[in-house]
Formats: sequence, C-alpha cells, structure tokens
Amino acid sequence: MISGTDNTMTSETILNIEHLSMRFGGLMAINDLSFEVKRGDITALIGPNGAGKTTVFNCITGFYKPTMGMITMTQKSGKQFLLERLPDFEIPKKAKVARTFQNIRLFSGLTVLENLLVAQHNKLMLASGYTILGLLGLPTYKKAAKQSIEFASHWLEKADLIDRADDPAGDLPYGAQRRLEIARAMCTGPELLCLDEPAAGLNPRESGALNTLLHSIRDETGTSILLIEHDMSVVMEISDHVVVLEYGQKISDGTPDHVKNDPRVIAAYLGVEDEEVEEVIAVELKGGTI
Amino acid sequence: MANPDYAAGKAETPIMVKALKEGIFAGVIALGMFCLYVGIKTDQDINNALIWYPRWGLLAIFVGIAAVGRFLMVGFFSPWNAARKERRAQLPVRDIDAKPTFFHTHFLKIALVALLLYPPVMIALVGTQGSLKYVDNFGIQILIYVMLAWGLNIVVGLAGLLDLGYVAFYAVGAYSYALLSSYFGLSFWVLLPLSGILAGFWGIILGFPVLRLRGDYLAIVTLAFGEIIRLVLINWTAVTKGTFGISGIPKATLFGIKFDASPTGFAKLFDLPMSSAYYKVFLFYLILALCMLTAYVTIRLRRMPIGRAWEALREDETACRSLGINTVTTKLTAFAIGAMFGGFAGSFFAARQGFVSPESFVFLESAVILAIVVLGGMGSLTGIAIAAMVMVGGTELLREMEFLKHVFGPDFTPELYRMLLFGLAMVIVMLFKPRGFVGSRQPTAFLKESRAVSGSFTKEGHG
Repeated sequence: MISGTDNTMTSETILNIEHLSMRFGGLMAINDLSFEVKRGDITALIGPNGAGKTTVFNCITGFYKPTMGMITMTQKSGKQFLLERLPDFEIPKKAKVARTFQNIRLFSGLTVLENLLVAQHNKLMLASGYTILGLLGLPTYKKAAKQSIEFASHWLEKADLIDRADDPAGDLPYGAQRRLEIARAMCTGPELLCLDEPAAGLNPRESGALNTLLHSIRDETGTSILLIEHDMSVVMEISDHVVVLEYGQKISDGTPDHVKNDPRVIAAYLGVEDEEVEEVIAVELKGGTI
Repeated sequence: MANPDYAAGKAETPIMVKALKEGIFAGVIALGMFCLYVGIKTDQDINNALIWYPRWGLLAIFVGIAAVGRFLMVGFFSPWNAARKERRAQLPVRDIDAKPTFFHTHFLKIALVALLLYPPVMIALVGTQGSLKYVDNFGIQILIYVMLAWGLNIVVGLAGLLDLGYVAFYAVGAYSYALLSSYFGLSFWVLLPLSGILAGFWGIILGFPVLRLRGDYLAIVTLAFGEIIRLVLINWTAVTKGTFGISGIPKATLFGIKFDASPTGFAKLFDLPMSSAYYKVFLFYLILALCMLTAYVTIRLRRMPIGRAWEALREDETACRSLGINTVTTKLTAFAIGAMFGGFAGSFFAARQGFVSPESFVFLESAVILAIVVLGGMGSLTGIAIAAMVMVGGTELLREMEFLKHVFGPDFTPELYRMLLFGLAMVIVMLFKPRGFVGSRQPTAFLKESRAVSGSFTKEGHG
C-alpha cells in the first residue's frame, strides 16, 4: 500500500467528472460540471459559499445520487468504477475513495486507536472469516489484528497523535481531531482522498502541519488528494491544480497561478466595480474566457 | 481576619430562618397537593352512593414529612454537603497510580466463584427444600434477566439501536421449545440451539423493514413487532392454544438422566432423597453457563471488527458508511445475535417453567429488560449484571418482607408496590448516575495502556 509515486503516472486521470448535475427540487446545485483529477496531484475545489463544492463531494462519495452525469474513478490497476452507480459504502470499499467531513465526524466515544481500527473494517472482516473464524480464535485473525494496530500506529505517527492513541477521540483538541479524521480516512487504504475543508478552524501553526501531512501522504503513498478549502494560503501553497466553482458551474480550472489571476475568479470572490459589470456580462454572453 | 468571621456569624441566622421559611412553604404545598388525594377518602356504600370521610391524621403526617424534611434539608444537609465538598476540594489530588485493591482486580473471578458456590452453600445453610426459594426465585430468576439484558445490550448498548420489542425474541425461543418438544418430542439439548437460531432468524426478519428507521421511529416499530408476536401467540389457537398456553413441556435432562421420581431419575440414581431442588440446582448451573456463554461471545465480538463496527455505528452512522462499512448488514447482525441470546433464554425459560403462555411476554417485560440495560450502563456487562441483581432481586425481596404487613396492616401486599419502587429506584439512580452504574467503556484495543473512556464521550446512538 505504501509505495513511492511514479512520476510517469502524474498525467493520468484518476477521477473524471463529466456533465455532473445535481438538482434539489427547483435548485440546480451543480449544473453541467466537468473536470478531471490527475493521479498524484493535490487538486483543490474552491468557490464562494453555496457554490456547490460539498455537493460535488457528496456526489463523488455516494452520499447523493447525481441527477445527471458520470463520475469515473480509474484505479492504479486500471480498474474503472462508475461512482454514481455504487452504493455509498462500496465507494471506499471497492473504488478506494475516502473522505472526511466539513463538520468533523469522529467516533468520539472510541479511542483514537479504535477509530483507526474501525477504518480497517473490511480488511479485518475478511481476515476474521466474517467473524466466524475469528470467534473460534484462529491465528489468521490474531495476526491481522496485530498488523492492523501496526498500520494504525504508522498513521498515528504521521498525524502526530501517537501519544494520545489511548485517549477518547472526543477528548482531542480541534486541530488534532482534524488530523485524526484524515489519518482515519487513510487507514481505509484509498487511492483518492477527498478532504472537505481540512484547514477550517486551524491556527496558522496547525495549518502548516496539515500542509506537511498532506504532502507526505501524497509523496509517500501516492494517494491523490481532492480538497475543498477556503483558506487561500493553504490552497495556493499545496495544490497542483485548482478548480473554481460558482453557482454550481465551473468558472476556472488550472494551476494556482492561473486561477489567481483569472478575472472571473476575482469577480466571483471580490465582486467588480459598477462600470465593469457590463464588460463582464458581455464577455460571459460571448461565452469565452478572457 | 475579622471580616470572614463577621460574615460567617451573620450567615448563621439567615440559614435557619431560610430553612424555616422553606419548610413552611413545602408544608403548604404538600397540604395543597395532598388535601384531596390523601385527606379525603371516598367510597361507595351498598346503594352506590358516594360516602366520604376525612383522614386528617394521615394528611398531617404527609404535610409534616414534607415540612420537616425540607427544613432539615435546607438547614442542615445543604450546609454540611457544601462544607464536605469544600473539604474534598482542599484535599491533595489522590495518587492515580495507587494500586487497586485485591477485590478490584479479581472482582470477576470472585463473582464467578461466588455464583458457582451459591447453590451448595444455600443447601448447606437452609436445607435441600429450603434452598428452593433462594436458588429458584432469586438465582435463576436473576440470571435469566442477566442473560436477556446482556443479549439486549448487544442491540441497544453496543449498536445503539433502541429495541422496545425484545421480549418477542424471548417468546419465539420459549414457544419454539414448547411447540417443537411437545409436537415432535425433540430433546432440550437439540432445541436450545435451534430456538436460538429461530429467534435470530426472526431478528433478521424484523431487522429488514426497520433498517431505514432511526431513533423514535425505530423504537415504535420494534414495540409494534413485539405486540404482533404476542397477538399471534394469543390468536393462533390451533397451534399455540391461545391464552391457555402450553403446559406439560418436557423438562431438560442431564446427559439423559431425568429429574423425576422414576428408578432411573437423578435422585434414585445417586441415592438421594426425592426433591425438586436438584432440578433447580441443575437449572441454576445451566443458566449460569448460558450467561457465561453470552458474556464470552459479547466480549470476543467487541474485539472483532463487527463489534467495533457496532460501536462505531452507535457513535456515527454516516462516518461508518464513509469508511466502507455496510451499515445494513452490521445492524442486521446486531439484531440477529441479540435475538439469538433472547431465544436461548426463552427456551431455558420454557424448560424451567414447564408452561408458557402469552402472559409472560407482555411489553412490561421488554421495558424491564431495557431498564436493566440502561440502569447498568449501556455496554457494560458488569453494570448490567448488578442492575439485574438490584432490580429483579429487589422485587423478589419485596415478597419476603412480611414485617411490612405489621406496619401497614394485614391487607398490605408489598409486591403490588414493586413497579412504584422500580420507578423510584430508576429515578434515583438516573439522578446520581446518569450513565448507569458503570458509565465508562473499556477500549477494545490499546497501544500503551487501556484506559476506560468516560461516559461523557460515548453516545447513546440514534437509530
């Protein structure tokens, strides 16, 4: 599972979203959205509040079934999965896409270590012969259980949580809970990690540590990362590719520098002067980018 | 220096005045509340006319208790309690690493040995015939509830699915044994696992439709399921004989040895005087073994991925799904395994009673079992065992309290007040221990040391 990134793979697409639309009653939350996530990249999905970023995430991870469109996940082995057709729990299990949540969802009454063991459920379930062999006390399960604890402590080291392994997850400070949620998602052994605002509520020091963690995840395991983020310092520093959404539509797509200087992005975030409105509308009507 | 003294001296008088005021106030409220309920007794005479007579003496006692109680509470108990807390706070922090006592570390072993020795000790103390009451009414009765509560604990305590119809699986187990043994003559040892499996099967059947529901809705549907099973048992008279119930259910045997008066029976075989006590002692050890099985399986399962998934499900279902856990099968296994233990207990119940009727499987039983789980502390086996002992043993003990008849008159039957006391006990325990007797949970795996997780972090589950 842990292997170096292969640089020749970087241009390959891991996740391809085509013509994705999501309608809630009369509201078009996402409207004909298409973009690609490259393998080994850190891709950021940004946009003003209500732009539909979390909805995109929920479509990718199966929590919503999109109204239209196709989401194709291509694994390293070449296997392809149409995520919109898989039930939600099979997306992490089979397609190997893991996610975190905007409002942290930890198992607060379980210890930090147990949180990471729950994430290895499917692996351990198989090793325990769907509980039956494990209940009889067969050594295969004992071995697998030991390995799972080792794997969990590897990620605890990475997330700098090893000293608090036996504390309840609910007892951790906020920043540590964020890191634990990422470590837990990594314990499912994903090829694509989707992070919903990982830096929200972190202080500058913690968000620096987060950047290091995300880089080391990408570099050491070759896991591609797709993240939603509002903190521009994080986005500009760590992402290789940025997709900007506004009102459910893509308004810009490219490297951080390209996006930063895109007038439509600036307009979406900061608004425009009154006299420029006509100009922007004219450009939009022509359908071209500036 | 002078200032605090002055303040203390000043505070001395108002406390007594305040206590007196509050005492009088409580008395007035009690008078208002009880003057019609207690102060006046209404009755019908032979012509169905209403007659009433006052009971001022009794009313005065009620009012007096309220007034004096409040006075003592405000005047003496509260200041004493506050002072005690202050003294506690000033004490140096206790050494956490202090070695636990022998009793604490070996609690489970001691408890098991005590249970194993219980029947012989009782026979030695009160004789063969006298031990019947203690082994049967106390021992077996409590252990049946321990087993039921441990079974329900898997569903409610671990998986966090509120099940108000657990008694249905108990009924399925009991009727499986009763019907299959009386119609097909199968032995207890074949039917014990079979009735567990049948109950587990019903658990899955119940599980399928209710999986979409969460929280209150789930509770209502399980409640309805329990009632459906009971109504089927009442109305399907061709098979279940309806409310008459099934009697003459064969007893369990010990390696083919029957517990009866025949020449091959247990008493004759071992040259013992004939007594039904041997059967009860046998049943005691049987239910003890079944309880141990339940505990063993629960403890093992908690350390397996499925057990962790149950607890994770209780904490956060959405997060479970995001980690690739199939919540449908996870809930189904919780229902099925919990139901299976209910089925075991049911078949044991039928073998013990020799008679089953729908009367034994009313909603109240479900409520009592659930109350034991909640009182004990959801998820904790020790806490639940203690709660079962207190709740079931306590109500049995009420029957023994003959002296109460001397206090309240010969018409007083203490058993009738058992639900009142049950409720009172629950309120008191929940006030002082909101998470049950044992509120913390033991982690299932640890890196350096296993530390109990405080109940304030664990969730009760919502679906």
